[in-house]
Amino acid sequence: MPFIPHTEADIQAMLATIGAPDIDALFDEIPPALRCGELEKIPQGMSEMEVGRLMNARARQDGQPLCFIGAGAYDHHIPAAVWQLATRGEFYTSYTPYQAEASQGTLQLLYEFQSMMTALTVMDVSNTSLYDGASALAEAVLMAVRANRKSKSKRILMPRSLHPAYRRVAHSIVRNQGIELVELPFDMESGQTDSLVLEQYAGEDFAALVIPQCNFFGVLESVDELTDWAHTNKMLAIAVANPVALAVLQPPGEWGEQGADICCGEGQPLGAPLASGGPYFGFLTCTQKLVRQMPGRIIGRTLDLDGKTGYTLTLQAREQHIRRSKATSNICTNQGLMVTAATIHMSLLGAEGLERVAAACHANTSKLVKVLSALPGVGPVFKGAVFHERVLRLPLETKDALRSLAAHNVLGGFDLSADYPELGNAVLVCATEMRGDEDIEQYRSKLERVINARIQTPCKLKPDW
Amino acid sequence: MSDTPSELRYAKSHEWVKNEGDGTVTIGITDHAQELLGDLVFVDMPEVGDNVEAGSECAVVESVKAASDIYSPVSGEIIVVNKALDDAPETINDDAFGEGWIFKVKISDAADLDGLLDAAGYDALVAEDA
Amino acid sequence: MLIFEKSSTGRRATAQAPLQQADMEGIPAQFLRRQSASMPEVSEMQVVRHYTQLSQKNFSIDTHFYPLGSCTMKYNPRASNSLASLPGFLARHPLAPETHSQGFMGCMYDLQEMLKEATGMFAVSLSPAAGAQGEFAGVAMIRAYHDARGDDARNEILAPDAAHGTNPASAVMCGYKVREIPTGADGDIDVEALKGVLGSQTAGIMLTNPSTVGVFERRIKEIAGLVHEAGGLLYYDGANLNAILGKVRPGDMGFDVIHMNLHKTFSTPHGGGGPGAGPVGVSERLEPYLPVPMVAQDGEDYVWLTEDNRPESIGRLSAFAGNAGVLLRAYIYARLLGRDGMHRVAEFSTLNANYLLKRLTDVGFDAAFPQRRASHEFILTLKRQARELGVNTMDFAKRLLDFGVHAPTTYFPLLVPECLLIEPTETEAQDELDRFVDVMTTILQEAQNDPEKVKSAPHDLPVRRLDDVRAARDLDLAWRSRAKGER
Repeated sequence: MPFIPHTEADIQAMLATIGAPDIDALFDEIPPALRCGELEKIPQGMSEMEVGRLMNARARQDGQPLCFIGAGAYDHHIPAAVWQLATRGEFYTSYTPYQAEASQGTLQLLYEFQSMMTALTVMDVSNTSLYDGASALAEAVLMAVRANRKSKSKRILMPRSLHPAYRRVAHSIVRNQGIELVELPFDMESGQTDSLVLEQYAGEDFAALVIPQCNFFGVLESVDELTDWAHTNKMLAIAVANPVALAVLQPPGEWGEQGADICCGEGQPLGAPLASGGPYFGFLTCTQKLVRQMPGRIIGRTLDLDGKTGYTLTLQAREQHIRRSKATSNICTNQGLMVTAATIHMSLLGAEGLERVAAACHANTSKLVKVLSALPGVGPVFKGAVFHERVLRLPLETKDALRSLAAHNVLGGFDLSADYPELGNAVLVCATEMRGDEDIEQYRSKLERVINARIQTPCKLKPDW
Repeated sequence: MSDTPSELRYAKSHEWVKNEGDGTVTIGITDHAQELLGDLVFVDMPEVGDNVEAGSECAVVESVKAASDIYSPVSGEIIVVNKALDDAPETINDDAFGEGWIFKVKISDAADLDGLLDAAGYDALVAEDA
Repeated sequence: MLIFEKSSTGRRATAQAPLQQADMEGIPAQFLRRQSASMPEVSEMQVVRHYTQLSQKNFSIDTHFYPLGSCTMKYNPRASNSLASLPGFLARHPLAPETHSQGFMGCMYDLQEMLKEATGMFAVSLSPAAGAQGEFAGVAMIRAYHDARGDDARNEILAPDAAHGTNPASAVMCGYKVREIPTGADGDIDVEALKGVLGSQTAGIMLTNPSTVGVFERRIKEIAGLVHEAGGLLYYDGANLNAILGKVRPGDMGFDVIHMNLHKTFSTPHGGGGPGAGPVGVSERLEPYLPVPMVAQDGEDYVWLTEDNRPESIGRLSAFAGNAGVLLRAYIYARLLGRDGMHRVAEFSTLNANYLLKRLTDVGFDAAFPQRRASHEFILTLKRQARELGVNTMDFAKRLLDFGVHAPTTYFPLLVPECLLIEPTETEAQDELDRFVDVMTTILQEAQNDPEKVKSAPHDLPVRRLDDVRAARDLDLAWRSRAKGER
């Protein structure tokens, strides 16, 4: 019996103590008519070896293509120590630190995490994480609406240049509370949020303006101007940031005259593998003024009976287990294990290491863009400065190009045509520090072949598998 | 438990009301209420200028393990809040009926006061709960 | 000591970062950071030692008995971790094309199918990232269903007064009001009170079965009939699914929508607070509203179902596909157990709970619901000890830590005074349960003879009881470099 330690003698002794004839008798309060059958559609159990064989085959099946997709999930080097430490049983198999005295390891680590995130974003306080960047944005929106007690506006300005999945997730999560997300268009030339359109909303009643840095196109937004504009118009400024980019880019706490009010984003670049999209973690930091609007777990430093320093869950009166229907959010947990990895990851890299990673990503993407732009019909769509992603125009349908590249085991980027038809045949590419010169050359040569094939056969390109 | 001051009036939801005699009232929570909550760590105050209705939630007091809504016993406009509680919420634990007052309301309908309990009535209510 | 306090200016773990320092060519200075972030500057070995030592200050399933009620702290198989961490799974980009995703998608499809069968639901979506997000998704689907029928005057969700706080919080996030239903003295819901509040305003009811008080809701079929008759839907909170896996299915009890906590029932790690995974299952009428993405089979191939082909979906709840790595671990666990193993989960968790309940009442503790069978967990009330000895539940909980036992859940559910909610799980052996009884007996004796010892516990942990009031009044939520001063 996998994972069940009971011997037949144990079972009989335990049943005798209980005074039950057999195990089935322990279910006598369940109405017999409700009892289910054999679960026939579930296969029989397998040994670890057999499951291992199955999973190895499936993992191999997906190959390991050369990946130039970013679009919210980035392939960074993760130091070997990160997951060896994070998967220690004491981190991996503990739970939320309800018993503080028996959880000082997790609690101190989370306090260190909060300290690192406030340092990186230059904000006053951080929680201990949310599910992912997109749900963190939804929570930031809810925070902004709650914090706006004066006008009680339920409208939020959200740029179209923000990750499409983030916009969808925010909509799914906040719409039942009557919150409206108003889309701000971007400037077709620069790729930045369109300041002329923004000006049309001046003086209107919104709870917040969302400011991505960089935006989904990799383009840097004029964050100082946007932040000041939000504050002038009595809105909160919500920053959505990439934590690796923050190592080199101006931190949200210093945007404009007063800094952003809330900063959120995807923590994946800090030590989480791509792994099909999760688990990652969302981070959320804010000004001191908004701390009681924050959702999620928060750790505080305090003293024990002897005056010794210790760490504990604090501000719990915001949370669902105390406030029930009036809680700041329904969230119970955080993404603890991912945060454990992130804290170790940041400790190993330090500020300088993160800066090197950021700069290497920027340099590699610049190189990739330069090399690919030498091909006929390929070139950058936007003029604005970018961090480590860029939108390229292609001389053929993006879907066809990406399909052909994939057949050559190159994932050539994210197809923008469904979310941004106005951009035509456009692809969002990214080369992190993991993509070397040879990788970039592979992409170039494969794309060249795809384009040449297309020029030679002007009919609809067929995937060559 | 300290004596329930006879000059005050009380709501069933454990707020006290002091009629200042000039069309305004001062509102706080009773000593019994602070005892139930334990050490207070934060008071979420209403905004000056807000209009409140009798029986509506207008503030929250928080301890480590609980949070409790405060209902305004009267209708009217919030004219002052006790700023000192921002830095010292424990004042409510120390002096619930005095320095621990929470906010003052300019009442719009003096009849609201008639429905409140006197000290004896409040003591009876507390005895019933115990 | 914090990692920041071990920092020395200029010290680095140089192997971890790119060797070359590139510049930020093409980025105007206005966008760049002027001062480096205030991060620790430490060596690799310092990091390894620091976090290894921190880990040693934790209680965990791997190191301690952890009978935390309602959290199902059972053994997390090592195979789940190592197989979910195969390079092919870790390297897969979430937006990789279907051609390069068939292996992963096959696992997800199989898991959907297995969860459908285990719960008796018509369809399953794996995307919610945790139980609370599953709850949100479930209530949002209830709302979408009523809205689609033009039945939008239903504005109320019912929940037992003993419900977990997430239930009302999730309902409110979906724009509903919450009304509580009292629990009867036998632990079952007060059906008469329920009848009194059902009506045309009822959108649905959220129930856990076995309930949060650890007993099986015997009149569930009747409750389902009443709620359906009033036009409402039934939501099953899967917190306690471990108790009934393979014995009775939420779908057969009449539930319309459920969430499962895979970090409980399917033994994925709790990770110090997460990540979890909270898939949702629904009856046929709610199927169109399931959150995306989902995996479908199209001939030989697996394909994604997204907003594009599921227009009535409540939408997307995370940027990609939820906590995929947790789902993989659950899948591996499910394959290891198979059908028979699933039956055994309920059987042995129930055997352990009933055994422990019997032994603890025999040595002098009071069950909160003495006439009832325990499910996979049960409640003791220490009301008598608190009154007679002045030693309360928190004191017992803290003293347990000194004996190397993680405390059970304390003071939940709130309606039982001085309660301990105890869930031993099926992976604990009889000897461990006996040891727990011995420890509880010892503490009871201490409470009688030397109550101060219990009231001032713990004594042998890295810290003694912490000043929570100070933590909340004088907020200290982040370390700040002294050199750079407070912001």
